[in-house]
Amino acid sequence: MKRQIFEGIKIAEFAAIAAGPLIGKHMADHGAISVHVESHERPDGFRQNYPPYKDNKPGINRSGAFTICNNNKYGVTINLKAKGGVDLAKKLIAWADIVIENFTPGTMAKLGLGYEDMKKVNPDIILLSSCNQGQTGPHAFHPGFGSHLSSLCGFTYMTGYQDRMPCILYGPYVDHVGVGYGVIAAVAALEHRRKTGEGQFVDLAQYEVGIQFMIGALLEYSVNGRVTERDGNRHGFAAPHNTYPCKGQDRWCVISVFNDEEWKALCTCMGRKDLISDPRFSTVLARKQHEDELDKEVAAWTSGMVAEEVFTLLQENGVKAGFVETMEDMFKDPQLKHRKFWAPLTHPEVGKYHAEGPPFAFSKTPFKIDRHAPMIGEHNEVVFKKFVGLPNEEYDRLVKEGVIS
Amino acid sequence: MAEKVKLLKDCRVFDFSNEMGFFCGKILGDLGADVIKVEKPGGDPSRNLGSFYKDIPDPEKNLYWFAYNHNKRGITLDIETETGQEIFKKLVKKADIIIETFQPGYLKKLGLDYKALSKIKPDIIVSSITPFGQTGPYKNYKGSDLVLTAMSGFMSVLGDSDKPPVRPTVPQSYVWIGMHAAEATLMAYYHRGMTGEGQHVDTSGQAGVTWAASIAPSFYDFNKEIPTRAGSFVTGRSVTGAIIRAVYPCKDGFVTYIIYGGPAGQRTNKRLTEWMASKGMAPDFLKNKDWSKFDIATVTQEEINRIEAANMAFFKTVTKDEFFKYVVEQDMLGYPVNTAKEIMEDEQLKSRGMWKEIEHEDLGEKITYPAFFTLFSTIACDLWRRAPRIGEHNEEVYQEIGLDKKEILRLKKANII
Repeated sequence: MKRQIFEGIKIAEFAAIAAGPLIGKHMADHGAISVHVESHERPDGFRQNYPPYKDNKPGINRSGAFTICNNNKYGVTINLKAKGGVDLAKKLIAWADIVIENFTPGTMAKLGLGYEDMKKVNPDIILLSSCNQGQTGPHAFHPGFGSHLSSLCGFTYMTGYQDRMPCILYGPYVDHVGVGYGVIAAVAALEHRRKTGEGQFVDLAQYEVGIQFMIGALLEYSVNGRVTERDGNRHGFAAPHNTYPCKGQDRWCVISVFNDEEWKALCTCMGRKDLISDPRFSTVLARKQHEDELDKEVAAWTSGMVAEEVFTLLQENGVKAGFVETMEDMFKDPQLKHRKFWAPLTHPEVGKYHAEGPPFAFSKTPFKIDRHAPMIGEHNEVVFKKFVGLPNEEYDRLVKEGVIS
Repeated sequence: MAEKVKLLKDCRVFDFSNEMGFFCGKILGDLGADVIKVEKPGGDPSRNLGSFYKDIPDPEKNLYWFAYNHNKRGITLDIETETGQEIFKKLVKKADIIIETFQPGYLKKLGLDYKALSKIKPDIIVSSITPFGQTGPYKNYKGSDLVLTAMSGFMSVLGDSDKPPVRPTVPQSYVWIGMHAAEATLMAYYHRGMTGEGQHVDTSGQAGVTWAASIAPSFYDFNKEIPTRAGSFVTGRSVTGAIIRAVYPCKDGFVTYIIYGGPAGQRTNKRLTEWMASKGMAPDFLKNKDWSKFDIATVTQEEINRIEAANMAFFKTVTKDEFFKYVVEQDMLGYPVNTAKEIMEDEQLKSRGMWKEIEHEDLGEKITYPAFFTLFSTIACDLWRRAPRIGEHNEEVYQEIGLDKKEILRLKKANII
């Protein structure tokens, strides 16, 4: 068997929804053992209040949002509010290399599970705290969800059309930016520990990682004093550059033309060589100037075409084109299939479903997705007895006392 | 407090990427890696992308370049010449990581693919970033931000329902892809530290943008439902199919307020009602509502519309700033719809030390950048240097890999560097 990148790395997640748990998922896809902690009193928010549920029937083990964020993990339940709950959590922390938490700042410390408390039971622990605006500063304690952060970080203002309301990005967008950066931060902390034996406290603020994705607009303001406005699908110096209607209901292709060579190729594919030398469209500047007319010409052609065919025809001829893949298209996409992107799993209540593989492939350390997202408390026994080493009697007592709940 | 550690200071990266991959090396640079951006002699074509310092169209004043290539040194090299290829191999001997975005097969043709390079340096990490991946039916297809936003599924859930799907105006796909590539590259580097083994990393742009659509795939996977775009509304939060407004016009712009359930949502709804009541703007049905029983998963569209109509009237009477102060004070969920200006003036970011000025000597000016992506207790994450000018570090870098001054001059004359 090939060694996986995070083989031997143990993660305890006191985290819910997307931002924290997905960091653990991505690391578990590459060999880490990740234990997701929740409780029946306080289940992961994605298990409830957040569709989809299998067959639209709500149920604690039927959530699509939860399953897509938690494959390959072990699931346990600890009631942190019960007497003995914090002690049990400490045993899990002593077992772990990395703790991921995404409570509102201060919550863990109030429970007696702050970084200093953790260091007492595990001196070289890596604690990754992922929260809304950071652990310090005037807004540190302010809670927020991903959709709100999309607006705070500027994404909302800069999506859509100027003569319309701004558009909100789908789902907790910024959470997912925080996940990528969270993995980067966790690996950096592991690398530091590899070199020095030292643990680390990581204070990851969703707001701060979110604005990394806005850096172009931030420089535009800091250098030129200009506020970037939303501008549909338009591009400063590419035309055509838009979404165009295709045959069928709500089917769309995209075409982006950056130079005259691509323009000629597009006109040839459209059977409209006459447009190549049309003075309205013969240069990038001219095309930008007559963009509305240009879009009409292109749309007239695409309307009679199937979106997938526009994509392949234009790509085969060197034009940067694609089609707007719906979620159905994504599951049929031959390229993603080729990369084994959708990993089939079977879940005891949900049945067959798919986990999402990583966007990268390693030549020597492939990912492995082989465990369904846990049902609530599914792995209490194996985690607490085998990983943590609780004797049978103590385990039984904690179950009876509602600590393992 | 002890000075923080420059974690990757011994890690040398040669970055042969185009704009799709710039962000990968930038992130490694944030953590202190010695990232050397390699451009074609005369400069990278991407120096003409986007906007310019004071709108002066000069490749040395390009903001796109500034934004994504800081924390890197810069050299020039023409790898299409034989001498250039020899130098490439010399660079590899002194490198830990190569980042590249060439079309699959291109480096193989030059004898510089992972297999060839690993013979020169067995533990080299080659991080390849392409629109669709190194193999598979789409491997030769080209990408743009628009193409990858569409092909990743992200665009299908973005835009007004009565208009075509839309991309975010500030391009998002290349930052997604660069971030994931940095993740993978750092994972490979950590693995090399543990085992001594280098490897080839193949990041797909299309797959790299999929998480931008969050949990949307599970709607199809679980129930064959296809999430669609809904403009200023969030969808999929209620089994009744109700859609919920996420953007409201306010006195001087827009605010984001979303009717939610759960403890935080219930608290937020209750306090908004109280705020509205204090201004005499809460209708009786809201005042009489028991928010602690409010369940977002089963709420009907009719009820949502009724609440939102009242909210809508109220928000028109408050400013973004008033809203922001109130939600923070009252521990409510919600934020103003910020512009770039408001982000740069935000108190929280300032208090965290987010902004750092860096000298651009040739412009005679300092430019403000975000300084870090995360705060670590002992690792430094920082803005170390501005983006390089064309060939700025040719002499110093080529000397470091063992070329003498004469040789460097000869290569310059031959336009190889």
